[in-house]
Amino acid sequence: MNNNAREQILSDIRRALNRTTSLHKSVSAALMARLAGHSVHVQPVVETDLVNRFIAKSKAVASTVVTVPSLMQVPEAVTQYLTTSSQKLEVVMAPDPLLDDIDWPTSMKIERRQAGRQDVVSITGVFAAIAETGTLVLLSGAHSPTTLNFLPDIHIAIVRRQQIITHIEDVWRQIRSELEGMPRTVNLITGPSRTADIEQTIQLGAHGPRSQHVIVVDAE
Amino acid sequence: MRVTSQAFRTRAAVALKNVELQRAMAKAKGGFVDKRRVAIEALPEFEQLRSVAREIKEHTLSHLDYYLERFESQVIASGGHVHWARTPAEACEIVVGICGGVGARSVTKGKSMVGEEIAINPALENAGLEVIETDLGEYIIQLAKEPPSHIIAPAVHKTRDQVTDLFQEHHSRYGYNQRVTEIPDIVNEARQVLRDAFLSADVGITGANFLVAETGSTIIVTNEGNGDLTNTLPAVHIVTASIEKVVPTLEDATAILRLLARSATGQEMSSYTTFSTGPRRSTDLDGPKEFHVVLVDNGRSQMLGNEFHEMLRCIRCGACLNHCPVYGAVGGHAYGWVYPGPMGSVLTPLMVGLEKANHLPNACTLNGRCEQVCPMSIPLPKMLRQLRVREFEQRLTPARMRWGLSIWTYLARRPHLYQPVMSILVRLLEILGRKRGRFRYLPFAHGWTKVRDMPAPQGQTFQRAWRQSGDGSRL
Repeated sequence: MNNNAREQILSDIRRALNRTTSLHKSVSAALMARLAGHSVHVQPVVETDLVNRFIAKSKAVASTVVTVPSLMQVPEAVTQYLTTSSQKLEVVMAPDPLLDDIDWPTSMKIERRQAGRQDVVSITGVFAAIAETGTLVLLSGAHSPTTLNFLPDIHIAIVRRQQIITHIEDVWRQIRSELEGMPRTVNLITGPSRTADIEQTIQLGAHGPRSQHVIVVDAE
Repeated sequence: MRVTSQAFRTRAAVALKNVELQRAMAKAKGGFVDKRRVAIEALPEFEQLRSVAREIKEHTLSHLDYYLERFESQVIASGGHVHWARTPAEACEIVVGICGGVGARSVTKGKSMVGEEIAINPALENAGLEVIETDLGEYIIQLAKEPPSHIIAPAVHKTRDQVTDLFQEHHSRYGYNQRVTEIPDIVNEARQVLRDAFLSADVGITGANFLVAETGSTIIVTNEGNGDLTNTLPAVHIVTASIEKVVPTLEDATAILRLLARSATGQEMSSYTTFSTGPRRSTDLDGPKEFHVVLVDNGRSQMLGNEFHEMLRCIRCGACLNHCPVYGAVGGHAYGWVYPGPMGSVLTPLMVGLEKANHLPNACTLNGRCEQVCPMSIPLPKMLRQLRVREFEQRLTPARMRWGLSIWTYLARRPHLYQPVMSILVRLLEILGRKRGRFRYLPFAHGWTKVRDMPAPQGQTFQRAWRQSGDGSRL
């Protein structure tokens, strides 16, 4: 590391701010308190029916959504979706224990791992889903490799009703209470991949998934 | 990148007559403006968020050293590395050094304006690396060997036909010999061609929209997913970011994120908002093994202490470009460096030197739309005026204009002289122009009369009319 550059940049900043020494104790205490306070700023109003808000917002960003009454119906929903989109019943699935409880049909070829070049369809759970914006939240980890979210043509995400939270900030609260620090990646995913780089016309499926399918499990 | 801002006048004149460019710009302009307006009308909290965002950035900037050190220690704590670069040359040296250290041969890149600013691509190519831009717009202009013409839509100046031609020329070596003319096919061909690049790259380089001091996270806001393939697949992830990108907490970043996509593309959220914190963990199944952040100053610490410090609030949304009549007419390339439009007309002189870019602050009608739409409430017109003042002080203004301004200043400061001189001039113009009622040509005002007539004055000066009325309210 070039320590000269570091020291010079920091001292240039301090000079610009009319400070020659490090921060006064009271100031740094206030800054630490501000960091630790995690205070939430202005938030958009979100109606109380979170499930419907999440579904409406997801559809608005070109995700497709189906609702099933329980985890038991997920395989049927997946099969139906893949059949209608003329896809083979071959999926790469997150090694997420929450997906273990599902009774997948033997006709479906399933591999539990990260995604590779050849994979067309991925299935993952989510850490949370945000009603405010129709956003899926996925955290990297042993049970949720990031490549599943980006490499395949189709990403199917399974969202349980109780995972739907109101605002983006609720994700940060949940991470702080459930995890030790941030994972390598937090992906906030709002609809399928898109580009408007050619004549400002929106085209889905640039480099990430062409289709973002969401299955909402409407069970308590 | 070579600075050619001094050629603004000629390049702008050429741009106005460039049929393809005018066609591309006409297509883009309304779309950005309408989408932004719809998105903002749907968020009643927008104005409140604007003032919150301004407060967050001002607070951060006034303790910038503290938050950068905090960010650095958090990156290190999560297993990453932080490098500091005063200049573009230092930044390039660091990035090339990291690539060399891991024996890299190919690099994929996510879109990064700081990357353009430090000219990282030629530096890497000179070191023998293959560099592939993966954002579709950046990829197109890389093939065309052109700089970006817009900070969020780098290929906005290209028509579909031009992209078709570029792909035909460059993709035949991958076996794509069909001429693709429809947008879905063009996008799909780029997707197929770039897959190999993503999967075989040794290093992925992205920029950052924000840095979070609390957690040591870097944030990218994208739509294509190329940024995520770039920061997930290669063994090394390098983030190039300028020092003013830091915000204290995840909540602070969230507040500004609510403004960013709406102001840029009219989206509530872009498809992918991604937080990267350190390299892959021991139990992770994918992700880079090394994570580096290169913090670039390049003149920003100087701006912090002068009258341009508010420019450091800029979040690079591009709204000021989209609403600028001058940018809309001439496009981004006329500005001659990395950042075009209103924000570029402020940043370029500050970063490359006013003597190399003193036309840019003058390429502005001071209509004020940029400030109205800026999500960070940056007083761009005021700064452009300040740069004009600096230009005058540094004697960069052309001699004839200096004389004119000096004479006018002399008079304007002396009302007892100004009023009689003006009434004589006005009287004279009235007599000369009585017959036609207007002038087709006036000495010293050719620039004005070239495109329109000057109406002849009607009898008396404003000041005299005001005095005669006896009461300003009746005027």
